[in-house]
Amino acid sequence: MYVAVKGGERAIGNAHAFLAEERRGDPGVAELSVAQIREQLRLAVNRVMAEGSLYDPDLAALAIKQARGDLIEAVFLIRAYRTTLPRFGGSVPVETGQMAVVRRVSATFKDLPGGQVLGPTFDYTHRLLDFKLAAEGEVPVAPMALASGGPVPHVMAMLDRDGLIEQEPQGAAVPPDLTREPLEMPAGRPLRLQALARGDEGFVLSMAYSTQRGYGRTHAFVGELRIGAVAVEMEIPELGFAVEIGEIELTECETVNQFKGSKTEPAQFTRGYGLVLGQSERKAIAMSLVDRALRWEELGEDFTGAPAQDAEFVLYHCDNIQATGFLEHIKLPHYVDFQAELELVRRLRAEALGQAEAAE
Amino acid sequence: MGLLARAPGARLAALLPDLPAHEVLRPPEIGAVMVRGRVGGTGAAFNLSEMTVTRCVLRLGCGAVGHAHVQGRDKGHALRAAVVDALMQTGAAAEVRAGVLAPLAAEEAARRGLRAAKAAATKVEFFTMVRGEDQ
Repeated sequence: MYVAVKGGERAIGNAHAFLAEERRGDPGVAELSVAQIREQLRLAVNRVMAEGSLYDPDLAALAIKQARGDLIEAVFLIRAYRTTLPRFGGSVPVETGQMAVVRRVSATFKDLPGGQVLGPTFDYTHRLLDFKLAAEGEVPVAPMALASGGPVPHVMAMLDRDGLIEQEPQGAAVPPDLTREPLEMPAGRPLRLQALARGDEGFVLSMAYSTQRGYGRTHAFVGELRIGAVAVEMEIPELGFAVEIGEIELTECETVNQFKGSKTEPAQFTRGYGLVLGQSERKAIAMSLVDRALRWEELGEDFTGAPAQDAEFVLYHCDNIQATGFLEHIKLPHYVDFQAELELVRRLRAEALGQAEAAE
Repeated sequence: MGLLARAPGARLAALLPDLPAHEVLRPPEIGAVMVRGRVGGTGAAFNLSEMTVTRCVLRLGCGAVGHAHVQGRDKGHALRAAVVDALMQTGAAAEVRAGVLAPLAAEEAARRGLRAAKAAATKVEFFTMVRGEDQ
């Protein structure tokens, strides 16, 4: 229970002024620009865009600056901003097969059309602190090679050609949208993927890890992981056709998982899918594992009671803004609630002590 | 239109500093578009995330109507993109193509080419180690 109280205005004003000064830090150190955050902390910007569910690198960088680097607070700022925007419409689904890839690896096939392209990865680095970065250095230059320009087809299409992997069924032209309608169970796969794509990276990672450790195991191979730019197209009603309205960077992960099959249907691999804004492969891999674990019912698998199989548990707890809002509200004044509990405890103690005295 | 939507707003402003006389039918407006993906890259559509978009519609003195939807929140960018869209329907099309669209296309191709070349340099060339028993 909350009760209206007045006062604290001066304290709140001064606290915010203190916050602003702390945000700036030592004035003897140069101030960070939004452009510096956008360019040099790009993976933080990607995470804020993905979980804020709004692709706009400048806004995400501004939010990170305002939030003093607290990424969940930055996500909160982006979520609040996006509610102020009118919705112009929905895009035509992006064609990830047409992606201009900067990274594309497969853990299932060594030789494949388009090859294994490592891109700007942390993999194979030694995770030793690089003290050269602490000094102001020269601008590094990446080597170049002749790009073939050939197609980079999805690995899954190769398996599909031989009927070795399940087909993805088509669905509604306008998918359900949890930003418009409350998330309700049972949630179909499109709704689950929307929730996971904007879910907290740490939460989705832990859920995925739990499946690997045996809580809803799915035996996943990374069939393909690709990062790159895709065009976004939208139908413009006034024009009567679709036009390209921009280009966004995405990370896509497709897993190949153990089989389904029956007496009438030959065995086939099954799929898990992850798609995340920006370069964010930990999240994309985790999302595809959790997506696959949540499909137990549709694939006729057993529910083992694993958290990652429980759609209600996963989807209602993956949103870090909902979680932080409810968690942090308990620090706000609950004076009346607590007074009631205090009264109750005192009365119980008084009764118990009274009975003890009477017995003596 | 895609080229204008993707181009940096400042670059478009540099290539098209002066705007012809026009009447704004729908002033530049910032909004969001829900970007959709497909399950497994090929299946049912799902809502991935929104992106910021600015749109504008205007009419030139000659009557040509220009539409624009550009990525981001730059109103000047949307206005100029709509002007270019309208001009492309007039006698000035060839001039606009050479003076604005061609340089934007060349710069974008160069940017993409550079990124593709850097990615290509990270392509793995596998070779098989000689196995002991073959020697």
